[in-house]
Amino acid sequence: MNTSTKRRVFLKGSMAATAVGVAVGAGLLAPRAVLAAWPEEAFKAKEIGVALKSLLGSDAFDASADIDVKAPDIAENGAVVPITVETKLKDVESITVLAAKNPVPLVASYAMGKGADGFVSMRIKMGATADVIAIVKAGGKLFSAKKEVKVTVGGCGG
Amino acid sequence: MASNTIKLRATEADGQVTIKALITHPMELGTRKDAKTGELIPAHFIQDVTVNHAGKPIVTGAWSGGVSKDPYLSVRFAGKKGDEVSVAWKDNKGDSDSVSAQVG
Repeated sequence: MNTSTKRRVFLKGSMAATAVGVAVGAGLLAPRAVLAAWPEEAFKAKEIGVALKSLLGSDAFDASADIDVKAPDIAENGAVVPITVETKLKDVESITVLAAKNPVPLVASYAMGKGADGFVSMRIKMGATADVIAIVKAGGKLFSAKKEVKVTVGGCGG
Repeated sequence: MASNTIKLRATEADGQVTIKALITHPMELGTRKDAKTGELIPAHFIQDVTVNHAGKPIVTGAWSGGVSKDPYLSVRFAGKKGDEVSVAWKDNKGDSDSVSAQVG
């Protein structure tokens, strides 16, 4: 075996070791805390339909004029986009907020108890210009409304 | 985790209590890279947030890392002045915090 072959073998070996190291690192970077309540599957879904099915049991919803999604027309900083969801619908069970083009579209979901108003205000991150979608579950049915936000600088990556 | 990560305001008008909570938290997605080292910054974000009214949960939220850093949350519900309200959170590392206040 001449020197160059040895070097090649050595390089191969070290590359394999690096790959393993990366895999282990990735595993460590995603700690899975045991939280029964947190819908992990829905928060891992890359598609809105999958997330909704996992979270709410259905991805069939009707557009509703009784839901108001307030968000800026243009967000200069995608890392902080203030949004407000307000609905006049009765018997609101949950309010779910999605950003259509985020790597993980599902941003937040709220279960509304008795006496709670159909109102949630928060700040979200948006990776790109996209619709902010609100899904309201009321009386066992899903209703939605959306608002497009133009994002100048995305807030989802590095 | 220190118990001063939540600022909570609760006000009442016309039988409606409005809660405004500001939480100090990095809300790290786990997909961002450190600009200097190029390594991924580990995920660290609040997963569960609960708003309690008179000791009972009235709004419970599940969050992803898609919620902005130092999250703000506002909700409304029926109530009166002097009611006790509280806000609690728990993140993916198991840290948690809660704070209570009286509706003013």
